[in-house]
Amino acid sequence: MMLDFSIYRYNPDVDDAPKMRDYQLEVEDGQDMMVLDALIALKEKDPTLSFRRSCREGVCGSDGMNMNGKNGLACITPLSSLRKGKIVVRPLPGLPVVRDLVVDLTQFYTQYEKIKPFLINDDKQPPAREFIQSQEDRAKLDGLYECILCACCSSACPSFWWNPDKFIGPAGLLHAYRFLIDSRDTATDERLNNLDDAFSVFRCHSIMNCVSVCPKGLNPTKAIGQIKSMLLQRAV
Amino acid sequence: MVTNEASMKRNGIQDYVSTRTTAAIMTAFTFFMVYFFVTTPVITFEVWQSLFANIYMKAFTLATLISIMIHVRIGLWQVLTDYVKPTGLRAGLQYVLNLIAFAYVAVGLFVLWGV
Repeated sequence: MMLDFSIYRYNPDVDDAPKMRDYQLEVEDGQDMMVLDALIALKEKDPTLSFRRSCREGVCGSDGMNMNGKNGLACITPLSSLRKGKIVVRPLPGLPVVRDLVVDLTQFYTQYEKIKPFLINDDKQPPAREFIQSQEDRAKLDGLYECILCACCSSACPSFWWNPDKFIGPAGLLHAYRFLIDSRDTATDERLNNLDDAFSVFRCHSIMNCVSVCPKGLNPTKAIGQIKSMLLQRAV
Repeated sequence: MVTNEASMKRNGIQDYVSTRTTAAIMTAFTFFMVYFFVTTPVITFEVWQSLFANIYMKAFTLATLISIMIHVRIGLWQVLTDYVKPTGLRAGLQYVLNLIAFAYVAVGLFVLWGV
C-alpha cells in the first residue's frame, strides 16, 4: 500500500518561501503506524526533512505538529486515524518556523514563565521531608498536572495567535490553575494579581479548540473558567 | 480585593461581567419581542405605539439600547485589538464605530421620547 504525504518544507536559510512537498511511503497492507514512524521512514529517504521527536510515546511533547488540519503528537497519532487520502503535515500554526516542522517555542515558554510554574510557600517551617496533602486536595490536581507542554493547545488558539505576547494561552493557564488550587501553595493572591488584566486570562472566549486538540485529553477551557471565577469572586 | 473598575482603561473582570449582564438584558428583550409578536393577533400602528408608550417598555428599551452600546464597545475593542495592529488605525476605527454605537442609543432615546 502506498501512502501519500504532503509535508511543509521551509529552510529560512535557503528558501524564499515555504512550500508543500509530496512524498510517498510504501507500507505493508493492513499495517498501521504512527505518523512519527512514517516521518522517520521518510527522513531516511530525505535526510533534510526536519522535525523534533524524543520519547516517541506521548510523554515528552516534542513532536507536536498539525496533521490533516488538527494539532496533535505525531508519535501517538496512528495513520489510520487520519482521513483517507493524502496526509498533510504542517508545523504547529501561529508560531515562527525554525525549519520544516520545527517551530520556535520562545513565545510559548515566555508565557509559561509568567505564571511562575513552581510551588510558592511562605511557611516559615515547611515539613522536613514530605509535604502531605489530603486525598481531596491531591485530587484537585488531576486533569491539570498531566500537561506535557507540547503546545498543541496554545498553537490551536486564535487568541494566542493574535496576542501571543499578552494572552497566556491555554497551556500556561492550565498550569496557572494547577498552582492556584494547590493546597500547599500560598501565593494565590500574587498569582491572581499577575493574571488580573484584560488579556492574560480574559482573552479566552471558550471556543474550546484547546480541548479538541489536547493529546492528553485535558480541559484547559474548564481551568480557565475556574481562574475567571476566582478573579471574579475576589473582585465583587 | 476590589479592582479599579471605574477606570476608562479596559479591565478584564469588568468587561467579563459587563458582556454577560448586557447579554442577559438583550436576550430578555428579544424574548419579550418574540412573545409580543407571537401573542398579538394583529399589529397595527396603535398597538405598536401603545406598547412603547408604556413607561416600563420605554425603560426596558432604553436599557436594551444602552446594553447594546456597552456590549458593542467591549466586543469591538476585543476584535480590533485582535485584528488591527497599527495603533493609530485601531484608535480611529474604535472612535468611529463607538460613535455609531452611541448614535443608535441617541436616536433610540429620541424616538422613545416622541412616543
